[in-house]
Amino acid sequence: MSARGPFRDRPSIRVEALSLSRGQRVLFEGLSFAAASGAYVEVQGSNGSGKTSLLRAIAGLLRPRAGQIAIEGAEDPSLALHYVGHANALKREASVRAHLHYWAGLFGGSPSEDYVAQTLGLGPVMSLPVRVLSQGQARRLALSRLIVAPRPIWLLDEPAAALDEGGKAVLNEMIAAHRASGGIAIAAVHEPLGAPPSQAVRVAA
Amino acid sequence: MSAFGVTFRRELALLWAGGGALAPIGYFLGATLLVPLAMGPERTLLQAAGPPLVWIAAALSVMGMLERLFQADLEDGSLDQMLLSAPPLELIVFAKGAALWVAIGLPLALTGAPIAIALQAPVERVPSIVASLALGTAGFVGVGLIGAALTASVKRGGVLLALIVLPLFAPPIIFGASVASGEDVAAAFAILGGCALGGLALGPIAAAAALRLQAE
Repeated sequence: MSARGPFRDRPSIRVEALSLSRGQRVLFEGLSFAAASGAYVEVQGSNGSGKTSLLRAIAGLLRPRAGQIAIEGAEDPSLALHYVGHANALKREASVRAHLHYWAGLFGGSPSEDYVAQTLGLGPVMSLPVRVLSQGQARRLALSRLIVAPRPIWLLDEPAAALDEGGKAVLNEMIAAHRASGGIAIAAVHEPLGAPPSQAVRVAA
Repeated sequence: MSAFGVTFRRELALLWAGGGALAPIGYFLGATLLVPLAMGPERTLLQAAGPPLVWIAAALSVMGMLERLFQADLEDGSLDQMLLSAPPLELIVFAKGAALWVAIGLPLALTGAPIAIALQAPVERVPSIVASLALGTAGFVGVGLIGAALTASVKRGGVLLALIVLPLFAPPIIFGASVASGEDVAAAFAILGGCALGGLALGPIAAAAALRLQAE
């Protein structure tokens, strides 16, 4: 699979009558939606309504209380998706470059140092440890996972958090390119990212 | 590079970053070298009390590294990424355990040589003491993976971790101390080897199962 080429598989996601809970609290019930190849879905809802839990359930990190989540059309389910959570999954003592190489090995991709330096503007800090990065730069580094290893489905939790205007523009371009090559992006946001979504899903109790 | 290779390299680099791996070695050296100072240089006393004290210090040195082993990954989101990557979590946990042993267990075993001499062990017994510490710390790490995974989401889980892990550290401590005092060395080595292999085989599987539950 080429790094940014079109995906051979045409993924689709179907969520049916989904019900999620955290602890004893039911977050929402009976949520259904479907997303086809090329879709950009914005998940909206107030704080604590279950946006993050919905993404984690689709990623398979959270077991649903009831309902179905089906990911179809992906050749290898273990290579189907990326999850960028609100925690950036970075180690303070490791350098930006070390993270890119680690992810390339873990997810099976290429470190794409030059491309990441160019698009996400991380070139000047490539050799520095994460502890000296700003919040926005750390977020950009977390988003670089999407570039390092191609996956047809992106699950993004507040992807624009801490990003400046330039960062948001890059994020929108990345999502547009991802959709154009047949991928699906699902983002939980509290304000729209900019590019109009192909559909919006509201989660509420 | 393979998932095992990148995880091993990264963990080793993180363990050595800022000299973090030096702390347990320093603790091991400090605790054991205080023994002759506290007990006096009498040979028979040191030869009797030395081996158990060395092994208790080694067990506590390894345990000190366990609390943050998976807790940091859980808190910063790295665990989610490990779960979502294609290689099985068991393999990644094994790589973390292997890196911990290379960063802590192996140096501890080598540090055992000067300590054994300071504690009046016969010089010809020093190589087998070093080898037994290498096997014993591998057993500690294997079992420790399970305790570290079970307590990953517990804030200040150090006490709980000790309650889970210390009883399971008993077999390597018992048979390691018997190597150091020169009793039934062959049998003790066989059991230490069994502890190391058993821990390294079962530890990653049990720890990965515990981590999957913690990630929810």
